[in-house]
Amino acid sequence: MDVNAFVEGFGVVLQPSNLLFCLIGVLIGMFIGVLPGLGPAATIAILLPVTYTIEDPVTVVIMLAGIYYGAQYGGTITSVLLRLPGEASSVVTVFDGFALAKKGKAGTALGIAAIGSFTGATVSIILMSLIAPLIAGWALGFGPPEYAALALLGVLLVATVGNGNALKALITAAVGLLLATLGRDSFTGTERFTFDSLQLADGLNFVVIAMGLFGVAEILHNLEQRAGKAQPPAVVGNVWPNKAELKQSSGAIGRGSVIGFVLGVLPGGGAVLASLVAYAAEKRRAKDPSRFGRGAIEGVAAPETANNAAATSSFIPLLTLGIPANASIAMLYAALLIAGVRVGPSLVEDNPDIFWGVINSMYIGNLFLLLLSIPLVGIFVRLLRVRPAILAPLTALITVLGVYTLNNSVFDIFVMMFFGVVGYLMKKTGFEPGPLVLAFVLGALVEDNFRRSMLIFGGDPLGFFTRPISATLLVVFVIVAVLPLVKLVLDRRTAALAHDNSKREDVTL
Amino acid sequence: MSDPKRAEAQQTAETPAPDLLDEIQAEVAKDLEDEKDPGGTAYQVVGALVGLALGVGGIVLSLGYGLGTLREPGAGMWPLIVSVLITVLSAALLVVGRTLDDSERFRRASLLPAVGAATFVALAFLMPVIGFEIPALLLCVVWLRFLGGETWRSTIVVSVVTVAAFYALFLYGLRVPLPHLFAF
Repeated sequence: MDVNAFVEGFGVVLQPSNLLFCLIGVLIGMFIGVLPGLGPAATIAILLPVTYTIEDPVTVVIMLAGIYYGAQYGGTITSVLLRLPGEASSVVTVFDGFALAKKGKAGTALGIAAIGSFTGATVSIILMSLIAPLIAGWALGFGPPEYAALALLGVLLVATVGNGNALKALITAAVGLLLATLGRDSFTGTERFTFDSLQLADGLNFVVIAMGLFGVAEILHNLEQRAGKAQPPAVVGNVWPNKAELKQSSGAIGRGSVIGFVLGVLPGGGAVLASLVAYAAEKRRAKDPSRFGRGAIEGVAAPETANNAAATSSFIPLLTLGIPANASIAMLYAALLIAGVRVGPSLVEDNPDIFWGVINSMYIGNLFLLLLSIPLVGIFVRLLRVRPAILAPLTALITVLGVYTLNNSVFDIFVMMFFGVVGYLMKKTGFEPGPLVLAFVLGALVEDNFRRSMLIFGGDPLGFFTRPISATLLVVFVIVAVLPLVKLVLDRRTAALAHDNSKREDVTL
Repeated sequence: MSDPKRAEAQQTAETPAPDLLDEIQAEVAKDLEDEKDPGGTAYQVVGALVGLALGVGGIVLSLGYGLGTLREPGAGMWPLIVSVLITVLSAALLVVGRTLDDSERFRRASLLPAVGAATFVALAFLMPVIGFEIPALLLCVVWLRFLGGETWRSTIVVSVVTVAAFYALFLYGLRVPLPHLFAF
């Protein structure tokens, strides 16, 4: 690790404007984590046009990263108080968190979650500081075949590790790859799928698509879901856990940090999977597993620690390989692309201020979150009383005016609305938009490197298997692709009596 | 998993000692889907058919872009590979996916998003003509009063404050040239 660059990274973060935007980011993150409806990916998508006006890309990414990990803290609050997980990665927190709240120990649950989140994130940042430069150094030798294989594996993992039905996720990912080809082909100049439209010749703008599929689709879906719903939040007492409770959860926090870090690096539902595995690990270790689900403090500590550790380590593939691991990180990737920053293994050498600035801002951001979340919990709880109907036109306007300001183009509003309606219909028919957006981002990377590789290999697709790294990646690709099929066949056999395997399939997270 | 009893019975029937992680995943899925009202076979079939149509359309169009050779793939080669993949996967979904319960039935409240989307489109048409202020105010009124069920009083207060705030944010704060009617 380059110690000088690391220290200079802190110099970047400590600039007053960066500190301010870090604080704004984590506050927005907590805010939207608490408010049901918009998730971090949607929020970042909606705010991307606004960030165009900030000149320094480091500042933009520090703020957007803050929104992402801040949302993990905020999601906990609604899980515990309302039994409404703000984020998918806080779903398991509901079991014991809400049980604790019913016992009048909501404050304890929130306090432990905040301490666990801080610890998990910090452990994860330290490990990331040590490991990320090594991965980047190793990846510097990647050529087109490695990149093609890596990006393909990334798309596949996002589709299969994420929520929902894997087959549907793969279809949406493939559609994302197809949409990425729309526009003028950079090799031959042929216009593809443009139907002679001048406005489509330059291809679809990623930000516009993301704002439609995440932003507008969620806004529209919320309009429907909200009809006839209101819940009063539980009362929050003392937030500080006592010594016995801290001691009881320290093991869970330690294990959760490690589980979260490791699983977070995986593309796909890293934070979701990490929270589940951490919860399962604690339940398995417990002397009396029946306490879980009835208000076991470890049942809050473990998943909350793990999902924050995972949210942090999911920055590693982006900062070292240029491959975003999930939808929210893909938004950050887009922000960097817009700013003209080339994200990849050379980032740590070319733009150490961005690389270390972002990583080090997380130390500060998490400290902000810890300091804010414990004393300010009361304010965030009061936020829950703001009627969602009042916030809806606000998000609607910022979306539609924001997308217009990207290129001062009304056409962009229509493209966004098209994808917004598509995203809404996808939700209705059980398709997740995440894999589509991610595959769209990586689409050009996959195609370019595929075509370059074919040139290198003289037209022989087996050439991919002659290079050790691309061969390994593709073998992993095949295993990941085939494993669900094998599992499906086995399931069919065991569940032949229950004749219900389709239900089981969509339980797989 | 709308029926918890059935889910439980299924779990106990399946294995004598179910894996804890699987069990928790099942519980989470059940929790998430408690509020869902799955749409049934028609929704799944339509989803798969749309995929199929996209795939076939993609194949037809990409064949026209020139495939080139394996050594030097043309503009159509990659889209063709992806379109074939979409077609195959959608066909598979059509066969195995009909019994999935991850869709959501349309109900009366589904009219709300339709109205919401219409206000967006109306704003897009009106903004270049008469500036953003009046269309934005109308959008707020529709969303608050008719989609959100707020009282007229709070509708008017929130709408006016929101539009004023956006005026200040975009034209003064961010200094972006949004089409506007009033110049201060």
